[in-house]
Amino acid sequence: MVHQYQLNGYHIVLDTCSGSVHSVDEVAYDMIAMYKNTDEAEIISAILEKYSDRSDVNEAEIKECLEDIKALEKDGKLFSEDQFEQLAYDYKNNSKVIKALCLHIAHTCNLNCSYCFASQGKYQGERALMSFEVGKRAFDFLIEHSGTRRNLEVDFFGGEPLMNWEVVKQLVAYARSIEKQHNKNFRFTLTTNGVLLDDEIIDFLNKEMSNVVLSLDGRKEINDHFRRDYKGKGSYDVIVPKFKRLVEKRGGKDYYMRGTFTHNNVDFTNDIFHMADLGFTELSMEPVVCPPDDPYALTKEDQPIIFEQYEILAKEMIKRKAEGKPFTFYHYMLDLENGPCIYKRITGCGSGTEYMAVTPWGELYPCHQFVGDEKYSLGNIFDGIQNTKVQDEFRMCNAYAKEECKDCWAKLYCSGGCAANAYHATGKVNGIYQYGCELFKKRIECAVMIQVAQAEQAE
Amino acid sequence: MKRIQTMQTKNVSKTVKTGGCGECQTSCQSACKTSCGVANQKCENQNNK
Repeated sequence: MVHQYQLNGYHIVLDTCSGSVHSVDEVAYDMIAMYKNTDEAEIISAILEKYSDRSDVNEAEIKECLEDIKALEKDGKLFSEDQFEQLAYDYKNNSKVIKALCLHIAHTCNLNCSYCFASQGKYQGERALMSFEVGKRAFDFLIEHSGTRRNLEVDFFGGEPLMNWEVVKQLVAYARSIEKQHNKNFRFTLTTNGVLLDDEIIDFLNKEMSNVVLSLDGRKEINDHFRRDYKGKGSYDVIVPKFKRLVEKRGGKDYYMRGTFTHNNVDFTNDIFHMADLGFTELSMEPVVCPPDDPYALTKEDQPIIFEQYEILAKEMIKRKAEGKPFTFYHYMLDLENGPCIYKRITGCGSGTEYMAVTPWGELYPCHQFVGDEKYSLGNIFDGIQNTKVQDEFRMCNAYAKEECKDCWAKLYCSGGCAANAYHATGKVNGIYQYGCELFKKRIECAVMIQVAQAEQAE
Repeated sequence: MKRIQTMQTKNVSKTVKTGGCGECQTSCQSACKTSCGVANQKCENQNNK
């Protein structure tokens, strides 16, 4: 399957199934578009007619280009066959290991953000903190079910995990005390709103966490619109100095500053640039997850504006990199040479199978976004998975599970999409969240374009 | 090739034989928590490069 698009002056051709990326001129671009459904004589005459004013476009040139296209096809880099569908089902059916847990260490929060998908950390339930005993059992459960996987991920999540800080520290110490004997390597992430950060916490996080996710929505007025405390005071002035201190002391280890954009700030690139101007370089900005009738939900009219914003962002990133002031945007990170294998690309995020969320009481859910929705409870860390029917539903999620995905050029980049987004949009984990699909495809187009532009600049 | 520049990319098809170790990061765990992009995940398998 081939996808062609033009962006920022580039003509780009993606060969979905081989992962190949070609940057072509407009002549080759037109020829590739015709190649599969037009005979050669017709291609030659159509190209000669269209480019009649171009001295470099003659019959010999066109034939040479046709030979190049044929060579790429033969080499499996253009029009390559999709042979992966059965692999997707087989791999997921045969894999029974769990390798990542999202620990809901605190179902409570010291901010009162009205757009919070987790209803101010409570997940539609009671406020609660995870006890050390429940957390310890979660680590044991993970090790017991991890098979031969060495790298295990645990995300301390909430609510606000720093509201249960002593337990976080105890659990990290416990995990470190058992990882060697089980031949495991724990990678910890903690997601925080930053309010409770102090030097002791910063030093611990920078030592123990492979990754830290720092929540900030960007400009002060944007951040403080939603991200307020219970007295209604915005969090920006409190958290930005603390985030700066954490990153200064982090020594180059991974972190992400993560924001959410809504209908209120569809010009969200200004928020990303604000983060970059503050000195943060590892950035992520996500579309809000909320019911469509919420006043801040993204609308159909917002979509073309968001597309334009993604293009502005991509161009600015190319510019800033050339100026020696680069920053990273999570969705534009694309390692064309060392990216994921085909199994990763077809089996998706692993929610409900190799990745699960654990509530403060030890219940298991397919992921953090299903917590609180009782019909998606999978079981618990004490008795194991009991709701195999729901787990089987998630086991079926892959890049080929939906009719709409089968002919989509982006399926090996998104792997069928987020089950929670699909569920919230359609009521089915195997549904299609079309709005999200369109944003995703735009982001991939921009991400590939950046790679092409930077390769050209490097020459 | 005069009109076509092909980027250096991993041949995804070839990883049918070498991939699937499962040691890589869970897709949405690292930053977004709200989408399922796999393209930006790093491969952890040295034999797969």
